[in-house]
Amino acid sequence: MANKKKKNLPPAAQRYQEFQKHREIKRPLLKNCVKAFFVGGFICFIGQVISTMYIYFFNFTEQTAGNPTVATLIFITMFLTGFGVYDHIGQFAGAGSTIPVTGFGNSVISAAIEHRSEGLILGVGGNMFKLAGPVIVYGVFSAFVIALIKTILTQWGGL
Amino acid sequence: MIFFWAFVVGGLFCVIGQIMFDVFKLNPGIALTIFVITGAVLDGLGLYDPLIDFAGAGATVPITNFGNQLVHGAMQEAEQHGIIGVVTGIFEVTSAGISAAIIFGVIGAFLFKPKG
Repeated sequence: MANKKKKNLPPAAQRYQEFQKHREIKRPLLKNCVKAFFVGGFICFIGQVISTMYIYFFNFTEQTAGNPTVATLIFITMFLTGFGVYDHIGQFAGAGSTIPVTGFGNSVISAAIEHRSEGLILGVGGNMFKLAGPVIVYGVFSAFVIALIKTILTQWGGL
Repeated sequence: MIFFWAFVVGGLFCVIGQIMFDVFKLNPGIALTIFVITGAVLDGLGLYDPLIDFAGAGATVPITNFGNQLVHGAMQEAEQHGIIGVVTGIFEVTSAGISAAIIFGVIGAFLFKPKG
């Protein structure tokens, strides 16, 4: 696809792209991965501490403790996002802050705060899921397809 | 021990994400979508529950768990009501993440002022 796009460009633009490719700063992959590993691991570690608390004090099991843990983490994210701390973590950790559920929470909460000035109904309500929307849409759709296949296989296929 | 595995497995999920960003130059939104779909597929194959037993929050905190829970909810309802349950049950288990995001999003919008 990239080649096709290139062919349509005028020669000067093609030369520029070559030049730009040479000058582009290489992303330090290993360093980024190490950062992402430690920050992401640390967030999951905190999640595990919260989970353990729910398991011991509120009688959740290992399987069901995920739900209150996620809610608690998003609650903490609200403050980190509001005070602008999460931005800094994100800049440092890259995917380490995006992949955990806190990244999902951050994208919703930051959109809500940012569009506050456009009004509560259309601003906050309308833009909240601007970034997180695709995750929900395709999550739900793929879950539907998978559950449908599985149900047909188990109920009619006799698996 | 579960604390250690939560750290390692959660970290590894993030490394995969970082590779998606850096090597395949994917936009975070697209990478997250791929993660959620992967979680749903893993649960469809019955692999996600053992991972939660093994790594605890290392498996429940990354966004893949969202896909896992969606399939879980759908399957739970499907056991009771058959094919209709697949549609009605999808959000059964996932409620926590989405409702928490909405509730705290609105509260956050009341509490904090946008910067810049």
